[in-house]
Amino acid sequence: MAGGTDLMVEVNRGTRLVGNVVAVDRVPELRGWSLEGDRSDVLRLGAGTTCADLAEPSLAKLVPALAQAARTVGSPQIRNAATLGGNLATASPAGDTLPVLAALDAEVELRSSAGTRRLPLDEFVVGVKVNALVPGELITAIRVPVLNGPQEFLKVGTRNAMVIAVTSLALVVDRPGRTVRVALGSVAPVPVRAIEAEVLAAERCDFDGMSVPPDEVVERFAILTADAARPIDDHRGSAAYRRHAVSVLARRAIRRAFSGVPSVAA
Amino acid sequence: MTTSEDFSLVVNGSHRSVVDALPGESLLFVLRERLGLIGSKNACEEGECGSCTVRLDGETVCSCLVLAAAAADREVVTIEGLASEEAVLSDVQQAFLDAGAVQCGFCTPGLLMAVDALLDTDDEPDELTVREAISGNLCRCTGYGRILDAVDRAASARRTQVTL
Repeated sequence: MAGGTDLMVEVNRGTRLVGNVVAVDRVPELRGWSLEGDRSDVLRLGAGTTCADLAEPSLAKLVPALAQAARTVGSPQIRNAATLGGNLATASPAGDTLPVLAALDAEVELRSSAGTRRLPLDEFVVGVKVNALVPGELITAIRVPVLNGPQEFLKVGTRNAMVIAVTSLALVVDRPGRTVRVALGSVAPVPVRAIEAEVLAAERCDFDGMSVPPDEVVERFAILTADAARPIDDHRGSAAYRRHAVSVLARRAIRRAFSGVPSVAA
Repeated sequence: MTTSEDFSLVVNGSHRSVVDALPGESLLFVLRERLGLIGSKNACEEGECGSCTVRLDGETVCSCLVLAAAAADREVVTIEGLASEEAVLSDVQQAFLDAGAVQCGFCTPGLLMAVDALLDTDDEPDELTVREAISGNLCRCTGYGRILDAVDRAASARRTQVTL
């Protein structure tokens, strides 16, 4: 257990009885971050990195969408305790950091006495609150690429603070790679990528001038993104509302990302 | 499978022994039921309301979501430790009284802790910063107007204090 913000809710409710708990929140090796790779373009985030840490300017400039997502988690009290590793371990469809990690093609590092293995996000989060951890295994780190290009995280909820996502969307642009990657949260058992929308964006977006795409491209992008959602009706929103919300977020995200201001060059 | 355990907490600067606690006990439970520190309030027990807010190694957290044993030997500051001396109120406490920001009082300890933490890092916060800082503390009486007023008063009191 790290921050305990998910686990302790169940313990307090009496729906989970705890026997032996290992508290890993004070293991310094799990807390820091570093840049790896020949060109320092891979960010290794310790699993114990808190949401408050993710929102700090030094990390926010490397992975802006992750910082935006972390800022929407709960309240300051929750963000001080809740960790990136914990968000992955809980593997809730509404986990705020998960769509960002999906869009970034994040890799999860797992360690046990048997050794270390790395799994792509879609092999780690495999169902509603189901992950690929085996007994005795610990999430130690998450690796994401540091991309050159704008990023957006957008979330629909009933208010700005303390809210569980009805729908969320992460969009990242890789200018040198000339790709746009889009992932959705709270609209399927696991985070989903909008592959067809990504193909369209790669073909039709202006990665040099970063100008706003023509309206028909934005519309088509929104439709294709909404098509990737597989939402359900629940107490937080209907499937139809969620699909509509996804299209609104997709439109907003692509317009914001390609707003005509070429951002930092590599 | 549940066995009892002993550990010690550092609460408001004093070492406090906790004997025979059950493994799943929250810091809030231990503070209130075992150490008699009933200033931190227990309401939602799921991190929504903020009425149990304490400082853990300086950072605000919901004590209901902290496993008490995992807080062993960390610095815990509760509402009882906010004022430096007994019978003297802290700047934030005085400001809440002066502004009439206390009605039923249930959310007050948590809000005082959140506002105190805010002013430690920013003693001239704009309204958005204040609203963000107290977004995890629910008050069902005041409508927040007087609380925002109290934060303004506390901030100016703290600035004066720093200048002196």
